[in-house]
Amino acid sequence: MLAARAARRAAFAAARTAVCPRPLSTSACRRSDALFVHRDTEYNNPKIPFEFTPENRKKAQTILSHYPPQYKKAAIIPLLHLGQEQLGWTSISVMNYVAKLVEVTPMRVYEVATFYTMFNREPVGKNFVQVCTTTPCMLRGSNEILDTVCTHLGVKPGQTTPDGKFTVVEVECQGACSNAPMMVVHDDFYEDLTPETTRRLLDAFAKGERPKSGPQSGRHTSENSAGLTALTSKPYGPGEHCQPDFQ
Amino acid sequence: MLRLVSAASKPSSAGRLSRVVCSNCSATIGRRTLASTSARSADITLTVDGKEVTVPQGSALIQACEAAGATIPRFCYHDRLAIAGNCRMCLVEVERSPKPVASCAMPAMPGSKVFTNTPLVHEAREGVMEFLLANHPLDCPICDQGGECDLQDQSMRYGSDRSRFHEVYGKRAVENKDLGPLVKTSMNRCIQCTRCVRFANEVAGVEDLGTTGRGNDLQIGMYVEKMMDSELSGNVVDLCPVGALTSKPYAFHARPWELKNTESVDVLDALGSNIRIDSRGVQVMRIQPRTNDAVNEEWISDKARYAYDGLKFQRLTTPLVKDGDRFVPATWEAALQAVADGLKRSGATGDEIQAVAGQLADTEALVALKDLVNRLGSDNTALDGGRGAAPPVAGVDVRANFLLNATIPGVERADAILLVGTNPRHEAAVLNSRIRKSWLHTGLEVGLIGARADTAYGYEYLGDGARALADFVAGKGTFAKTFQAAKRPLIIIGSAVAEQEDGPAVYNALAKFVEKNKERMLTPEWNGFAVLQRAASHAAAYEIGFVPSKHAAATRPKFVYLLNADEVDPAAISPDAFVVYQGHHGDLGAQLADVCLPAAAYTEKGMTWVNTEGRVQLGRAAVPPPGAAREDWKIIRALSEVLGVTLPYDDVLAVRDRMWELSPTLVRYDVTEPTSVGVARAGLGVLAEATKSTKVSGAPLARPIANFYQTDPISRASVTMAQCTRAFVRGEDYDDAARATEAAFG
Ligand code: SF4
Ligand code: FES
Ligand code: FES
Repeated sequence: MLAARAARRAAFAAARTAVCPRPLSTSACRRSDALFVHRDTEYNNPKIPFEFTPENRKKAQTILSHYPPQYKKAAIIPLLHLGQEQLGWTSISVMNYVAKLVEVTPMRVYEVATFYTMFNREPVGKNFVQVCTTTPCMLRGSNEILDTVCTHLGVKPGQTTPDGKFTVVEVECQGACSNAPMMVVHDDFYEDLTPETTRRLLDAFAKGERPKSGPQSGRHTSENSAGLTALTSKPYGPGEHCQPDFQ
Repeated sequence: MLRLVSAASKPSSAGRLSRVVCSNCSATIGRRTLASTSARSADITLTVDGKEVTVPQGSALIQACEAAGATIPRFCYHDRLAIAGNCRMCLVEVERSPKPVASCAMPAMPGSKVFTNTPLVHEAREGVMEFLLANHPLDCPICDQGGECDLQDQSMRYGSDRSRFHEVYGKRAVENKDLGPLVKTSMNRCIQCTRCVRFANEVAGVEDLGTTGRGNDLQIGMYVEKMMDSELSGNVVDLCPVGALTSKPYAFHARPWELKNTESVDVLDALGSNIRIDSRGVQVMRIQPRTNDAVNEEWISDKARYAYDGLKFQRLTTPLVKDGDRFVPATWEAALQAVADGLKRSGATGDEIQAVAGQLADTEALVALKDLVNRLGSDNTALDGGRGAAPPVAGVDVRANFLLNATIPGVERADAILLVGTNPRHEAAVLNSRIRKSWLHTGLEVGLIGARADTAYGYEYLGDGARALADFVAGKGTFAKTFQAAKRPLIIIGSAVAEQEDGPAVYNALAKFVEKNKERMLTPEWNGFAVLQRAASHAAAYEIGFVPSKHAAATRPKFVYLLNADEVDPAAISPDAFVVYQGHHGDLGAQLADVCLPAAAYTEKGMTWVNTEGRVQLGRAAVPPPGAAREDWKIIRALSEVLGVTLPYDDVLAVRDRMWELSPTLVRYDVTEPTSVGVARAGLGVLAEATKSTKVSGAPLARPIANFYQTDPISRASVTMAQCTRAFVRGEDYDDAARATEAAFG
């Protein structure tokens, strides 16, 4: 079965050859999936007010207190995260608000927010599904997982389902390679995926549940799935093999 | 000469890019850098290509290589900007270093052996060039940078004739940004050197320009849709090593190799920025800055750079004589005769003959006109605008009373500056960048009295007029204390102060203040009393005494001779007076005139200009004057003959001899001559004495320049400046059919 990515690429290539028959002028524009300029829209413009909730404001104060006052701007990333946590995504108003908090010109915050791909500068669905497709996960079948997610939800990577429940993206290594393949939903890791467990998880999320995170294969963490192969004997307890005096 | 690269100029630490410019937070934010001026420590010696060089410690390796005469290719490194080290074009080989090193980001080390011309270096640079070209469009034939493009030049040396990259998706495409009517963008061409970003943030104080995205998708812009609102924005065009940022008004007008370069001086403010006028045939095609560390470093303001198209519109090209309610073209003989007849008919004698000089009058013309008027028995030589028709408050006998005595580079040495009734950002944009530089890197504190302004650096606002000044003098407030403790305190007085109701009172208070603090403010090394002129002609006019006597100022003139004077108040000229206008633009002055005499603009004559610090510089003619226009002093000389009081000079050298008689400094070029402490003190004494009986009304000190882009006849005639006014001052859409009217004379 073709992975969704390969399909996308093939479609691209087909489109390209169809659009420009002359092979010499092949400057189809190459864009990354995110736009690095802001355009005012109804749901995202600087006029929409944003402010931290009282408890987030307290958290922000704690964050700010970690840095000396002249390095306030070091708090940009954690504050943006807090904003994203509260709103679900990082709107231009969140960025402007953070800029005001750390007393820098907004551009300094825009630079940070556009640099890190984990700041979603467009709204995302209620469940933000990030499927890892870096090499270890890919070797363990992440293409299949991505495919499953996409067909199950009926979207392509980068898209949100029409009901607004799911957004699917591909991400790079999340550092959970030992439990590959994996995906991240909300801030939780779901590991050792198979197409079946993936579908089950998605259905649970669709119902608004929060399935248990971690390996879905029955493993606890990243222990050998075939069971223990070393140190299988019972560990000797205190005193064993000692002189009787010490027993 | 090598400049020190201080620790503070590295972009890494200290957050200098992040300074918030706001008027009242300067006190709360505290120090702005951790590392202040780097102490100039010992020199170090190293070997470059087998040659020994000695450079100051802390120099970058690239500077050491330069000193050794090795040219290092570069894109991101720039002498006057922080070091970024992101283009990697400046790679050199250093002995015992495992890899080639970026010489701009590497401090020179004593005893190291550097090689700039080895196979390894070449290969490394070729590799970098190949990467740079991988995404660079092949559009040199339609790129305005062609012929002066660093990338083009360096690819001749390090570029390959074909690429090994075949991107399936084609080259990177980046959307163009709208930076306003001055800077045109073609962001596909950007090589992400970030020079423009560093300039905007460090020098210009526009902290909205930055980089968004990452890696291959990194792009330059403001993220939100916004224009680059700065008086210095044109400089990014020069800085951009490729054709990503080019000049919009100059777009597709000429190629650099077609242009004739003339080194001259800018006259649209009083700084005397050094410029290079690029002309083709009889047209000025563009104006660029010329490096002069003592004046403008490498920058010029947007007005200096882009107002040149005003030289094509609204020009007076032939003498005009008023006949009823319309002007009729006349020959020079007829026009000069008409002036002589007019003078006779008006019946003006003595001080009733008035000469008024405007901002753009050159020194030779001022001298000739003053001589002419004096020979006609009048002392009524006035300046236009404000209170120019009255004797100036500060007097003209002592130069120190009307000059920026600290000199322009000297402003950077001040550790506390009080701005009185001035917004340097509009009155002297390039000087403002120096204050900002000093504010960023040293502990400079700035205070302001007058109208609030966005200065591009933080300041403490003391109040709007003479009352606030009185408090300051009395030592009230934190800034007054800082000022008292400063080692080199500086007071910059705007030229507009003298034009205001409370002007004399302000001058009085300041003169006394300086006298009281003379140990710090008036020493042989430091003169903290500085007047910032805003008109190119005023320093020269004061220098030669082009001011009315008391008696003359009280006389109602019957014959008025306007020399480039367009700021005159029409109501001040009596309707039955005979008015002559001599100048280059059909602006306000020409409308009032009975006879118009067409003269040359600053790009068309090689004349003397005196800037606000008293530096005398020679402009040079780049193009001939249009039509029948002539150089100003020649017109006055010719007129003197018709009037029967022939002036005794027949060539410009004779005029300059006369200038030497009036003030020898007027022929000592490119230097500033400090006034001795004794004379400066005497000058302030006279000033304090003359203004001692004035009362404080408490009226706020108004700002003289409401619209930076249109301050004189040339910029008022300029389409580009009109667009800037629309875009930046009024916030309207600037792009319209205005370009269509660009069919010009010549
Ligand atoms: S626009 Fe020009 S100056 Fe700015 S980063 Fe790009 S290449 Fe450098
Ligand atoms: S490769 Fe997927 S988590 Fe590391
Ligand atoms: S000039 Fe040294 S890295 Fe760009």
